[in-house]
Amino acid sequence: MTSASLPASAKRSKRVLPGFGLTMGVTLTYLGVIVLLPVIALVLKGAEIGPARFWAIATAPRTLAALQLTLTAAAMATVFNAIYGVLMAWVLVRYNFPGRRLLDALVDIPFALPTAVAGLALSALFAANGWYGAILEPMGIQVVFTIWGVAAAMAFTSIPFVIRTVQPVLEDLDPQYEEAARTLGAHPFTIFRRVVFPAIFPALLVGITLSFARSLGEFGAVIFIAGNLPFKTEIASLLAVIRLEEYDYNGAAVIALTLLIIALVLLAISNILQARALRYRGKTG
Amino acid sequence: MSVVAAPGAMAPRESRLVPRLLIGAAVALSMIFVVVPMAFIFSRAFAAGWQAFSQNILSPDTLHAIYLTMLVAVIVVPLNIAFGIAAAWVVARFSFPGRKTLLTLIEIPFSISPIIAGICYLLLYGRQGLLGPYLLANDVQILFALPGIVLVTMFVTSPFVMREVLPLMQAQGSEQEQAALTLGASGWQVFRRVTLPNIRWALLYGAILCGARAIGEFGGVSVVSGNIRGQTNTLPLQIDLLFHDLNVAGSFAAATTLTLLALVVLIGKTIMESRRA
Repeated sequence: MTSASLPASAKRSKRVLPGFGLTMGVTLTYLGVIVLLPVIALVLKGAEIGPARFWAIATAPRTLAALQLTLTAAAMATVFNAIYGVLMAWVLVRYNFPGRRLLDALVDIPFALPTAVAGLALSALFAANGWYGAILEPMGIQVVFTIWGVAAAMAFTSIPFVIRTVQPVLEDLDPQYEEAARTLGAHPFTIFRRVVFPAIFPALLVGITLSFARSLGEFGAVIFIAGNLPFKTEIASLLAVIRLEEYDYNGAAVIALTLLIIALVLLAISNILQARALRYRGKTG
Repeated sequence: MSVVAAPGAMAPRESRLVPRLLIGAAVALSMIFVVVPMAFIFSRAFAAGWQAFSQNILSPDTLHAIYLTMLVAVIVVPLNIAFGIAAAWVVARFSFPGRKTLLTLIEIPFSISPIIAGICYLLLYGRQGLLGPYLLANDVQILFALPGIVLVTMFVTSPFVMREVLPLMQAQGSEQEQAALTLGASGWQVFRRVTLPNIRWALLYGAILCGARAIGEFGGVSVVSGNIRGQTNTLPLQIDLLFHDLNVAGSFAAATTLTLLALVVLIGKTIMESRRA
């Protein structure tokens, strides 16, 4: 049958390879049932609530406080990850030292470690009797049950993003421009600021966007360390879960939809930035 | 003489100092923020000795949580492999309108917080949800039971296998498969003899990532599981429960199993990268 149908299908179109119908069917069914149907349920719930009530719930003081905390802590975590990420990418690409490959492998721990485990470890480390808390608390720095704890948990779970987006760009960067700048007498820091940084900037922006998006959605690691005090250290996704437990499905849906919209906007931004970064690399490379 | 030598000696010393400082800072920060938290888990779990550790890990509720978590992974991973291969095949080997949109849709679960996924499922299958009345009338229990946990885990893990397999399929091209077809192989023969051997390492690594994520999933599962002790508590939820029961030693004992899993993932990744290189 195959030998008989092959020439016919080859003539009909470029689709010589078999399995289009089967694999497309499997893909769309899985995607439809597992991903799209539940998301549609959320969107329909939002439509049912209506814009006026949606706005009222979304701007209620406790919701606003939770959203503000989530955004601020995510921004703090992202600033840390941007600096640490560029440093790590630079060190891993530019220097050769014993243990470099091990350090490179260790970077992925935050992605491999389940978030509940990360949250448990961080909260115990920063607690007054933990290894870090015992040093920090006598200095008057409290991390657990404060925004610093929320930011620390968010930072931990999104550490690899900036490193893994900047690293390949640094690897591809032609050293001749830096050498030219050096011959012309530029200070090493000036070379970094004027030559290296503009080249890695598009990739850095992508990493920052991904890191920020992940921090906004992080739940497991944060709730262990945050203390979850309403108006103080309660993140938006936890407030959504609390609303569910109160059987306030409208409240939960509004917060979830708000977070979903922010996530999709960030995804769109990161896709645009990624396309631009590729074009930039295409031009210089 | 020393005056003459000084400027020349200064430059190399300075250029050696900066790298050392940067390497030192990178290593120190990585120790503080990545390595120590992981080592801390083992230190706490074994703080009271082996016996206390084994007692904690062998408590009936924790054992049941381990069993349930493994069961979920055993159901989810094969389904995700099937989906991943199918999706990668359709995207890599055919051009059709909406191909890019399909790719974006497949990757969407990566940008959606698992908590939101859980809420979506509650609004779909919950009592007041879209399909709630129908499920109630037919006495089908999805939420607060195994099916709900499996479905949410499928949502969260859905892009994993596809994302590992797709770049490889695209890089390899379809010449070998077309050659096999020309020689008269059937579709399944091409898949088993040509495609599968070509993608097997990426497939394995994708399956490891998917399994690890399935086992470690917390947010989404916490919304739909109902947290029934000894029944619908997965291992990450059990860690949370023990922590809130102030049984911190038990919590850390349960966490060691998941930490070992993370190490397996890291080793898998290192092997994968050395194979690619």
